Amino acid sequence: MISLTDAFVSGKSLSEYCNQEGIPISEAMIRREVAMGEMTREQIVEEMRKNLLVMRESVRRGLEEHVESVSKLSGGEAMRLFRYAKYEPFSGANTCRVAASAMAVVEVNAAMGQIVAAPTAGASGILPGVLLESGIDRGWSDEQLIQGLFCAGGVGLLFAQNATISGAEGGCQAETGVGSAMAAASLVELSGGTPEQALDAAAMTIKNILGLVCDPVAGLVECPCIKRNALGAANALLCADMTLCGITSLIPFDEVLTAMLAVGHDIRREYRETAMGGLATTPTGKAVAEKVHRFQEFERSHATV
Amino acid sequence: MENFSVFDIVGPRMIGPSSSHTAGAARIALLARRIIAHPIREVRFTLYGSFAETGRGHGTDKALVAGILGFAPDDERIPNAYEYAKEQGILINMIMSDEPTRHPNTVKIEACDNEDQWTEVMGESIGGGNILITEINHLAVELSGDYPTLIIRHHDEPGVIAEVSHVLAQMRVNIAFMRVFRHGRGEDAYMCIETDTEVTEGLQMIMLQLCRSIRQLIVV
Repeated sequence: MISLTDAFVSGKSLSEYCNQEGIPISEAMIRREVAMGEMTREQIVEEMRKNLLVMRESVRRGLEEHVESVSKLSGGEAMRLFRYAKYEPFSGANTCRVAASAMAVVEVNAAMGQIVAAPTAGASGILPGVLLESGIDRGWSDEQLIQGLFCAGGVGLLFAQNATISGAEGGCQAETGVGSAMAAASLVELSGGTPEQALDAAAMTIKNILGLVCDPVAGLVECPCIKRNALGAANALLCADMTLCGITSLIPFDEVLTAMLAVGHDIRREYRETAMGGLATTPTGKAVAEKVHRFQEFERSHATV
Repeated sequence: MENFSVFDIVGPRMIGPSSSHTAGAARIALLARRIIAHPIREVRFTLYGSFAETGRGHGTDKALVAGILGFAPDDERIPNAYEYAKEQGILINMIMSDEPTRHPNTVKIEACDNEDQWTEVMGESIGGGNILITEINHLAVELSGDYPTLIIRHHDEPGVIAEVSHVLAQMRVNIAFMRVFRHGRGEDAYMCIETDTEVTEGLQMIMLQLCRSIRQLIVV
């Protein structure tokens, strides 16, 4: 018998707990939150509904309004990809729309708009992009989408506790990687997959991008973050599909987490959010950083009110 | 192991672009505002480390101003915080420092209230929008802002901690976390008490009357 207290110790204990209770991951997550004692079940669900509404609005804004980042480096590309989805894209119209929706949120984020971190601001596009756009296709209700968010939260929690969700500690695999894992798991649960399958989908997304570095140009959450959210969204779709057709992950979820943390710690500091390596230190990356820096200096000299 | 809530993973709702550089900065300044309590006339922010280097691109400065104005980290007025400060007649000074600090995302907030009193608060944004207030008027503290907090300055002598916790118990206020600090043996000492419920103004009056060794009571 696994108690609720022990349910979130590992992926293995979580799926055992879910099977023993006959519940999905989302329900286990809600029960744990209730047991923390800060809010009632109704308040917890309402709080998640608020997150859903903000997510939906951030997707809408990024796809419909002309957003531009504070540094003026990004904005408008999500809208472009979304429109292109009509023209028989190689990756499929659905994948294009999902990826565009994911990019939309991170563009809004860079423009100092309102978003929901999932698990971080830099990876905030994947979960809403994947869940909301798929939800439109499948006709999922808000209640179902909220269920998906709790499932995603449960999977993300395992990463936060047993690996990391910080780019500074584990590189981009810990941010957009975990965002994809959360999104893939939620699709599997909402499509009737078992908790083991949801975790398998999560494991596969991480396996696909294991070792991905965090190398933001000019230290900003824009390049390559926005496009990595597009990739993260596509990764989630594919891993959910692979799982739902019966493919399993050879390496179990918990072992993938252990590997991810070990790899994250082996990634040199230059590639963990410091903007001291990778794309950030390419000639163009450095030139952009220099430009942004000069712009900041200009703003700074005009800052005192 | 940290006790994460589901809303630490799917959440927080925030104004972008960075949980540490934007949302965290806003939370530090919001907490500083609560510590200062009186209406603020003038604020001097000194940004250190990564806050100073990439702060502007992340809107750290706007988030700090917004926090001082009392805006939450998900308030859509954050991008225009400077204009709101101007409207309220609050003088803002933003200083970028290259002095080294313990944590890369550190800010010093010096604020002057309407009684010409200056208060200095040091804060760190420690990741994912979580923060720590590390100094109030040069006194080392550790304050997360997650719970209602009492900061009590008192004389360092036996029995004071027992007295304060006894009074809180009598008032049915549960202590979640508690830390004690002092400048030196027998000198000024401080208690930092995080509680599950708010300590209302009425309760504060009772505390000051019952605990004679309290020299100052700050409610955050």
